[in-house]
Amino acid sequence: MSSGDLSKRLLAPSRWRAWEIALWVLIWAMPFAMPQYAALINEIAILALFAISLDIVLGYAGIVSLGHAAFFGAGAYGAALFAKHVMPDPLVGLLVGTVLGAVLGALTSPMIVRGTDLTRLMVTMGIALVLLELANKFDNITGGADGLQGVVMGPLLGTFEFDLAARTASFYSLAVLFIVFLLLRRLVHSPFGVSLQALRDNRLRLASVGMSVNRRLAVAYTVGAAFAGTAGALLAQTTGFASLDVLEFHRSADVMLALVIGGVGWLWGGIAGAIAFKVLHDVLSAFTPQYWTFWIGLFLVVLMLVGRERLLRPWTWFGRGDRND
Amino acid sequence: MLTLLFDGIAYGMLLFVLSLGLAVTMGLMNFINLAHGAFAMAGGYVLVVLMQRAGWPFLACLPAAFIVCALIGALLERTLYRPMYGKPHLDQVLFSIGLTFMAVAAVDYVMGSSQVNVQTPEWLRGRFEFGSGALTLGMGAYRLFIVAICVALALGLQAILSGTRFGSRLRAAVDDPRVAAGLGIPVNRVFLLTFAFGSGLAGLGGALGVDILGLDPSFPFKFMVYFLIVCAVGGTSSITGPLVAALVLGIADVFGKYYVPKLGGFIVYVLMIAILLWRPQGLFSREGGK
Repeated sequence: MSSGDLSKRLLAPSRWRAWEIALWVLIWAMPFAMPQYAALINEIAILALFAISLDIVLGYAGIVSLGHAAFFGAGAYGAALFAKHVMPDPLVGLLVGTVLGAVLGALTSPMIVRGTDLTRLMVTMGIALVLLELANKFDNITGGADGLQGVVMGPLLGTFEFDLAARTASFYSLAVLFIVFLLLRRLVHSPFGVSLQALRDNRLRLASVGMSVNRRLAVAYTVGAAFAGTAGALLAQTTGFASLDVLEFHRSADVMLALVIGGVGWLWGGIAGAIAFKVLHDVLSAFTPQYWTFWIGLFLVVLMLVGRERLLRPWTWFGRGDRND
Repeated sequence: MLTLLFDGIAYGMLLFVLSLGLAVTMGLMNFINLAHGAFAMAGGYVLVVLMQRAGWPFLACLPAAFIVCALIGALLERTLYRPMYGKPHLDQVLFSIGLTFMAVAAVDYVMGSSQVNVQTPEWLRGRFEFGSGALTLGMGAYRLFIVAICVALALGLQAILSGTRFGSRLRAAVDDPRVAAGLGIPVNRVFLLTFAFGSGLAGLGGALGVDILGLDPSFPFKFMVYFLIVCAVGGTSSITGPLVAALVLGIADVFGKYYVPKLGGFIVYVLMIAILLWRPQGLFSREGGK
């Protein structure tokens, strides 16, 4: 194989496929075609962004995190407080939420590079819980259990007001999702992104090649935290509200479920998972409002027993399934 | 002051019994079982149902809770858990979260979502007081009962682990399952028995804890963090580790909630993060373990 072939093959995954472009056109057509579902589209876009940010941490860097809500919450409170006390411009607020998530991620990243999966699980969960307790304690700032009210957003770009039907919000969230997707797509196909995947698969080998494992993990964690902050800021801005709910454990669990349903380790997984999760949630809770978690749980158990990588490969559903992946 | 310390110890002992099964299965199978709290919840509901609907005496319900949970544990180990042992930790985490979701919703459906209470028997409702002033030691009879049971359990388990043939097999399997299997130890059966026993202990702890921890369908999620803290901080290679971790956690939690009630679990979580930063493998694990 000549070097030209090799570089072409290595670059192949980073090229845009026709179906990817088609999907984005379809996604952009949604808020035009179904304005009555704008609020749902907004929610899905935010969850998708959140799931993609977790994918960088979990799918690419291989850090099992049960506390990703920490950064989501930091971004949400950051953006809400900024809009309330400093200035109501949404884009500046979005930046504030993102930076806040990134700073928090950078500060906590030294804690997650050590130890086993269990240690990381506990530390990530602990960070989210500590933030939750703090938000509850300083209720003169955060509004405590009642939530932070009276957040009024200014018009987007100075022209588009946030309306009750969430039309502006849905376009806003989709645009942010699209931009972050482009950025992260570039990132995961860069040499850095490839080295992350190598690290996830075999940390020892990467270290012996001479790459700094801990620094890569820390950077990936910070990037994931930053965009989780973006997602949180989006939620706070489009709903004009932030409450302790943004830091709760179920947020971390939900986003992980969404990501796993869509598939870990590729960016479309976050988007597909967010759509599937929200639709599943809506259908199930219309069917059994109080007990929909039972069916989500059953779905997860079965999915894990048959192997989650099979969900997106229907041709392996029947038969014994190959074991060499 | 002493009263608080005693309450902390009782709480810690309860946490020890609740999480011991988790620590053992985690050390043994390297399996992160977030559904452990569901077994404890099952034990609590067994106690409630037997006492209130069937009219069993309190003391008879405790072993019943243990046995029912151990049977459920054995059944689930055989059918659901075993295929998950070799899978990545992410899969195990999601699998057990799924199980917990199911347990929570099912209990909610069958038993209702409100908190349930039990009437502890007359002879456990008393209270002893010793000393005076700042050194007053008040001990609720029920808490004393819990401490007594837990100390007996801890001593008994230590004796089983260090003295019996099963104990030495278990320790061998924890240290290195492959070599243990190679030496002819039926590792699968040891796994099964240990899992069942651990689930039973969780059920017993849940039954004992109804009066102190409260019981409602969200129990597994509320206390999941505590069980995991005990295992992560205490390490999973001995009984002593989880015991000390549970006591520290119980005492820190009771003192924290008494002196700075607004901070809630803050102190415990910060303490946990600090300990895990200092010793990522847990306080008592041997260097170079799993």
